[in-house]
Amino acid sequence: MRYLFRSNYRQDMALWRHSGDLFWYGLLLLFMLVIPGLLGEFYVGELGGVFIFAIAGVGLMLLVGYTGLISLGHAAFLGIGAYVNSVLLARGVPFLVTLPVAGLFTAICGAAIGRPTLRMSGLYLAIATLAFGSIVGTIFQKWDAVTGGFDGFAVPTPYIFGIPIEGATGIYYVSLVVLVFVVWLSANLLRTPIGRAMVAIRDSEVSAQSMGIHLAYYKTLAFAISAGITGLAGALFAHYVRFLAPDAFDVLLSVQFVTIVFVGGLGSIRGAIFGALFVRLLPQFIAIVRDDLPFGIGRMPGLEPSLFGLVLVLVILFQPGGINGLWLKIQHWFVAFPLKRRTSFRRQKSYARSERLR
Amino acid sequence: MEDAARLLQLVVNGAAAGCIYGLIALGFVLIYKATEMVNFAQGDIMMLGGFVAFSLIARHGMPYWVGALIAVAVTAAFGFILDAVVLRRVIGQPQFAVVMLTLGLGFIFRAGAGITWGYDSVGFNTPFTNKTVNLGGMILGEDNVSIIVGTLLLCGVLFVFFSKTRLGVAMQAASQNQLAAYYMGIPVRTVFSMIWAISAGVAAVAGILLSPVSMIDVNMGFLGIKAFAAAVIGGFGSIPGSLIGGVIVGIVEQLAGYYLPAGFQEVTSNVVLVGMLILRPQGLFAERMGKRV
Repeated sequence: MRYLFRSNYRQDMALWRHSGDLFWYGLLLLFMLVIPGLLGEFYVGELGGVFIFAIAGVGLMLLVGYTGLISLGHAAFLGIGAYVNSVLLARGVPFLVTLPVAGLFTAICGAAIGRPTLRMSGLYLAIATLAFGSIVGTIFQKWDAVTGGFDGFAVPTPYIFGIPIEGATGIYYVSLVVLVFVVWLSANLLRTPIGRAMVAIRDSEVSAQSMGIHLAYYKTLAFAISAGITGLAGALFAHYVRFLAPDAFDVLLSVQFVTIVFVGGLGSIRGAIFGALFVRLLPQFIAIVRDDLPFGIGRMPGLEPSLFGLVLVLVILFQPGGINGLWLKIQHWFVAFPLKRRTSFRRQKSYARSERLR
Repeated sequence: MEDAARLLQLVVNGAAAGCIYGLIALGFVLIYKATEMVNFAQGDIMMLGGFVAFSLIARHGMPYWVGALIAVAVTAAFGFILDAVVLRRVIGQPQFAVVMLTLGLGFIFRAGAGITWGYDSVGFNTPFTNKTVNLGGMILGEDNVSIIVGTLLLCGVLFVFFSKTRLGVAMQAASQNQLAAYYMGIPVRTVFSMIWAISAGVAAVAGILLSPVSMIDVNMGFLGIKAFAAAVIGGFGSIPGSLIGGVIVGIVEQLAGYYLPAGFQEVTSNVVLVGMLILRPQGLFAERMGKRV
């Protein structure tokens, strides 16, 4: 049993609630560091994929979960990051330069598309990013002098201080480092005035504006940061797949990213990682049970997207907190045992908040 | 002379395609005006309407007009149930939750249609297939003409419905101010479900009108993305605006397909959409409004 007394402001905005948090997260990190020695090559590779999706998920979480805007074009940002990184690498630029450049360039692209559309309601951003994703996909196909078009683009092996980053283990460690960095960056960002402004915009645009927050500026900033982090994930994704095809970055991938955010749980960085685990491992799970399903359901084409759709619908309707919300409920059940009441997590009745200007 | 005829041909084809975009956009706008939700599954509802018509006309041998009418009614009923069972639950949740919910529903519809009707393209015979009309020396496909005429007729019916009937006026009232409408004795929730029904019915009409021009298949719902361009050009709240926007998108797309290298036609609508958002984000037919706090 632990009591949390908040006696000063510094404690209120600390990264760790108490020393227990630090201990458990440290243990988790240590465990992650030794995993490649314990698991087979295949599982290490899969976990590397989870990390890359988690990076993109954290980026999108800043936008959707903390700023309350939605993007249906983050696959395009992943693609931009992937191509910028790979093309620069192929021209002989070292990996330690191409990785941040990929992130920065993607952030600039994000600001460029966000700036005009963010003057309107959040809905327009969803539509504009959907269109943007399709335009970028076409550019990847048609600009074959740079991207190789449908022939694809073989990604060169990156070197860090002369050490080649090869195989599942190499990608695993690089992705882990970037993921930890991005999570640390986001957690810190949320404590700064920028992060506070983002949350204020999410909760009410009108009241944020009357508190002196410049809406368009902070929305664009949030969008650029989100895109930039996704670009970093894209650079790693290029090395994960090792061969870039222009049609990999389609709407379906964007929807997967948003699924990460929703299924993981809106408004928690931890949720993005839970969501990435779910989104990456569901196809593996389907592949394992495919033959055991009755009525040949497993052989049905389009099974995966429809399952993603179904899970998305069920989560939004019945568990808006996502996996993170579920985790908090389980935690509360144990902490409060046997005092859990049925009404502990009852949702307050909510009413439509009009965005209509009338 | 050759060029002028060619241009006119392209414009008519574009206008026909644009009418379809306009009808889908009309569905978006009806729902958006009433409930501030955007239905990203509108294109997939059109696909369902087309498939229902295919079942009735090609498989069960119904006459075209009877089958089409029943298909529209069935799809409208589906829209009503969809709102009453699913979408009513998310009222009060943030707008992007609704976006994701309808996107997820679209994926489910696509899979459902794939299981029921298969993943191959299908079509059925209509009175307009492979016929031409001669309009003052210009040869036009009757299928394209039927789309344009059908859209105009439907708009006329909707206009009369919204301005003259009790239910239509109630719908307008509920769209403008839910609380006031409720106090005046209008069952707002049922009216919203009916608006979803009309929107689904309009989508089904679009699917049926489109069937002589292009085949019905599971992925035809992606047309809905082009309809966004139409709705945005129209200002996302204006019914005539969405139709005019649709026709603009359709014509621009046809001309781009003719004058630009191959492969650019598919992105024209998206380029138009993004350009519109940059230059005039409130659309061509927007009302200027400010929010009272």
